[in-house]
Amino acid sequence: MFVPLLVLRNLFRHKLRTLLTALGIVVAIASFGLLRTVVDAWYAGANASSSARLVTRSSVSLVFSLPLTYASKIRQIAGVEGVSWVNWFGGVYISERNFFPQFAIHAPSYLAMYPEILLADAERKAFYTDRQGAIAGRKLADQFGWKVGDTIPLKGTIYPGTWTFNLRGIYDGADKTVDQSTMFFHFDFLNESVKKVYPRRGDQAGLFVVRLRDPAQAAAVSQAIDATFANSLAETLTETEKAFQLSFVAMTEAILVAIQAVSFVVIVIIMAVMANTMAMTARERYGEYATLKALGFTGTFVAGLIVAESLLLALGAGMVGIALTFPLAGAFADAMGTLFPIFFVSEETVALQLGAALAVGLVAAAVPAWRVARIRIVDGLRAVA
Amino acid sequence: MTAPLVSIRGLSKHYVRGGQVIPVLVDLDLDVAAGDFVALMGPSGSGKSTLLNLVAGIDKPSSGTIRVAGVDIAKLSEADLARWRADNVGFIFQFYNLMPVLTAFGNVELPLLLTSLSRRERRERVATALALVGLTDRADHYPNELSGGQQQRVAIARALITDPTLIVADEPTGDLDRVTAGEILGLLERLNDELGKTILMVTHDPKAAERAHRIVQLEKGVLVA
Repeated sequence: MFVPLLVLRNLFRHKLRTLLTALGIVVAIASFGLLRTVVDAWYAGANASSSARLVTRSSVSLVFSLPLTYASKIRQIAGVEGVSWVNWFGGVYISERNFFPQFAIHAPSYLAMYPEILLADAERKAFYTDRQGAIAGRKLADQFGWKVGDTIPLKGTIYPGTWTFNLRGIYDGADKTVDQSTMFFHFDFLNESVKKVYPRRGDQAGLFVVRLRDPAQAAAVSQAIDATFANSLAETLTETEKAFQLSFVAMTEAILVAIQAVSFVVIVIIMAVMANTMAMTARERYGEYATLKALGFTGTFVAGLIVAESLLLALGAGMVGIALTFPLAGAFADAMGTLFPIFFVSEETVALQLGAALAVGLVAAAVPAWRVARIRIVDGLRAVA
Repeated sequence: MTAPLVSIRGLSKHYVRGGQVIPVLVDLDLDVAAGDFVALMGPSGSGKSTLLNLVAGIDKPSSGTIRVAGVDIAKLSEADLARWRADNVGFIFQFYNLMPVLTAFGNVELPLLLTSLSRRERRERVATALALVGLTDRADHYPNELSGGQQQRVAIARALITDPTLIVADEPTGDLDRVTAGEILGLLERLNDELGKTILMVTHDPKAAERAHRIVQLEKGVLVA
């Protein structure tokens, strides 16, 4: 206990300096964690995607839809187990600030394809039997205080008019990576309504989701689907669900790279601050370290005292920073609403934070420890006089 | 005739500063018998502290041999020298060199961490050493809560806690008033007389040197008396 006590007491010899350095580390580690979580949230869709699902869309652009008749042709392709179709609705709930994704889906096939969407049987039945029915994720429902049975009006932007839906169920995710801030309603309700007003826009799907019998056949099946519709008026582009999600991430890649760079710059800055603190600390104690060496302690032991002190400070403050990341991320997620549907501090982020704190402690101590280990005793003793 | 505890032969030490060789000790021979109390005197820059550092094994000679209890310490590696110092040398410094974050007890206990003694054995030894220097009641005090004389007593207790072969003292009374200096010198005399400790002391103070059995004078790196 003697040596740990010596390290601990040394750490608090200059309380203000130690506390300010610790504060810097806390802020740096918490910021690092928050920024990493933001980056993770950006990739959440891609990370949560299944390798057993493909997405087929217009080869020209996602803006162009595909004929609904493609569904039966895709279903006949070898290796395809199931097909569903989806339309982006893009409605506004009360105000444009209340953005959240809404999809018109072919409910039975879509929910069968996404078992990670957990819906009570009674609510599922109620949803299936109500033409105007809708289901919403738990996070979305909580955000707007929706309850099952509520009527939800959406102002269409792509499909003009006011659309009214009956909330028939609130779904949960099988795990925390499942988006719970989306609203789903019946494709047929949208399609039939659209056909009445804009007949040429009817029977069109924004994209098809394809479930594979064998995920290893993804490339072959993708090629087969696209080959089926080659040279047609609406050629297709089929890719894995992950690739599809990553194509959205790619649109904002520069921002992501900047966020990632800033997260690492924060760590480098605190590393420099901490290294300065440890260098000052070691310089002030040259005489003491020389005395220890004169008494028979080795250079390695003395260097170890500095490394231990540096690690204690960096890891202690780092732990506080990690603990603070969770409420910070919670507050950030609340402030962002449904902009980041999946927003949580991952275990990987915590491990990275811990690694960063460890690196700060080790790097900051490296030069002072090396100097102290090598300092000549007589030179160090002169520092006392 | 018994062999001297410290035997120095042909000892030279020089430094190189800006390409210039500066001799500090020149071809020096000196013997110190076991149980002796030797005062090293001389003007500033005469090399007395350098000689003390070399005998204590915290500096390396440019040439020559230094045998302490039969061991040629100039030939020891850094690690072996550290071990040798822990086992054989007790240090007393002018400015006490105590660890400010440790109590008097902790400071005295420090050298024992390099031994295989149990915690109980260490505590017993520290208590004995503090009693010897008259500081039993100040064991829990930190250096900044002690006077200069008391701090030097703690340093003396630390120097003798491992029962070293040799105690080296560099200006042990240089930072103390006359009365306190007298008390510290009295304590060193007791260590020499009652415990038979061999003491090598550097001092500027002729009154301090008078307490020693023998005075060795250095001038420009050469023994003159």
